[in-house]
Amino acid sequence: MQSLGIEVLFQGSNFMRLLGGLLVTIEIAFTSIFIGTALGLLMGLLRTLKSWPLRFILRFYLEAFRIIPILVWLYVAYFIFTPMLRVDIGGELTAVLVFSLWGAAEMGDIVRGALESLPKHQLESGKALGLKAGQIYRYILIPQAVRRMLPGTINLATRMIKTTSLVVLIGVIEVVKVGQQIIELGVIKAPNASIWVYGFIFILFFLVCYPLSRLSRKFERRWQS
Amino acid sequence: MARSAEILLEIKQLVKNYGERNVLDDINLEVRQGEVTVILGPSGCGKSTLLRCLNGLESVQGGTILYRGQNLTDPGTDWREVRQHIGMVFQSYDLFPHLTVIDNILLGPLKVQRREKQEALQQAEQLLERVGLLDRKNSYPRELSGGQKQRIAIVRALCMNPDIMLFDEVTASLDPEMVREVLDVIRGLADQGMTMLIVTHEMGFAKSVGNRIVFIDQGKISEIAAPEQFFTKPQSERAQHFLDIFQYDH
Repeated sequence: MQSLGIEVLFQGSNFMRLLGGLLVTIEIAFTSIFIGTALGLLMGLLRTLKSWPLRFILRFYLEAFRIIPILVWLYVAYFIFTPMLRVDIGGELTAVLVFSLWGAAEMGDIVRGALESLPKHQLESGKALGLKAGQIYRYILIPQAVRRMLPGTINLATRMIKTTSLVVLIGVIEVVKVGQQIIELGVIKAPNASIWVYGFIFILFFLVCYPLSRLSRKFERRWQS
Repeated sequence: MARSAEILLEIKQLVKNYGERNVLDDINLEVRQGEVTVILGPSGCGKSTLLRCLNGLESVQGGTILYRGQNLTDPGTDWREVRQHIGMVFQSYDLFPHLTVIDNILLGPLKVQRREKQEALQQAEQLLERVGLLDRKNSYPRELSGGQKQRIAIVRALCMNPDIMLFDEVTASLDPEMVREVLDVIRGLADQGMTMLIVTHEMGFAKSVGNRIVFIDQGKISEIAAPEQFFTKPQSERAQHFLDIFQYDH
């Protein structure tokens, strides 16, 4: 009798291997989201300043990450930049680097958009009270911008989590790759395994991303009322 | 208000341009302690811009503004220091929406003036009491009506203990039934001897609260007169025309 395929998930250490792969995915994604958000906040603030060379450079940086696919960035970083600089940081760290820089570029744009969407008289009221520029950002503009940044930030985070599946191409074994290995190993005995393995990976990604969406909705509702 | 009171503001030959366009031209005006100056004029005449220049929100291209003898058109002016003495209230409800009423009011006293929280809070509560909004001190701006928000904005400026208050069309975007409560607060300040420059379109209010009327037209002061005189016998044809429009239904 042909096997159903579902048992593949529980054969040997397969289940733990998949979870291990998920851990790699989570590690890369969340480290990058953290670094990217921090850098992006700074970048977004800088992009609201009036210096045109700064604006130009940061805009160029953003467009570079938007126009060139992340896959290409991963290749360039892994096969060209790091060997050229003679630093061997390995695939996982290279992935974190590329993802952080990408996150910073996108986050910078979200922060800039949120800050610029605030009415001009918020800034002027702060000035009229005698607040310093830094204080105006800290007490008035940033707290209001954070509320407007939230949907975009969550969207970016889920995009980053999903895009980590590309890192396999620079040799990092993450959850999707583990799944492929399991499927290939059992391709003769259990030809239907792929449905179950990918189905399981689908559920794993959902479990990681869904709480983020819930969290964002919760905050939005709290700040609305 | 005595004519001999100390001069707080002295504006001499002030010029303001937006690019090619000349917005204020050769403005000369003195403001004495305790004086209530109402600035009138058609839309776009430059009256709001004049107030904004006095608070450093607009750069000027010529002339001088002296505040207690200090030249504010000097590029080295510490505007943050000056703004603690010259308070401003705007047309838009400009409270900070993420802060409660009391936090809105205390932001300046605590972060700019670095005052004791207890002392600043006490003053804030007194001022709120005076405008009848002490019970709203923990509300958020979105829970208040336009008139209430504008009264809070006035309290926020007052809590810095300014010498001069600038009011830039503070009732212009209010529902007519809420105009009164805001004007009453300003009148109360006038009675207490606060020095104020008020830009408004409320003619009845201008007449009763102002010590004098400054009429600006096309960026120039075309008339300075006592209210009774301005409203009954305006000197310039422009002012006459302006009054005709506003007093259409009287």
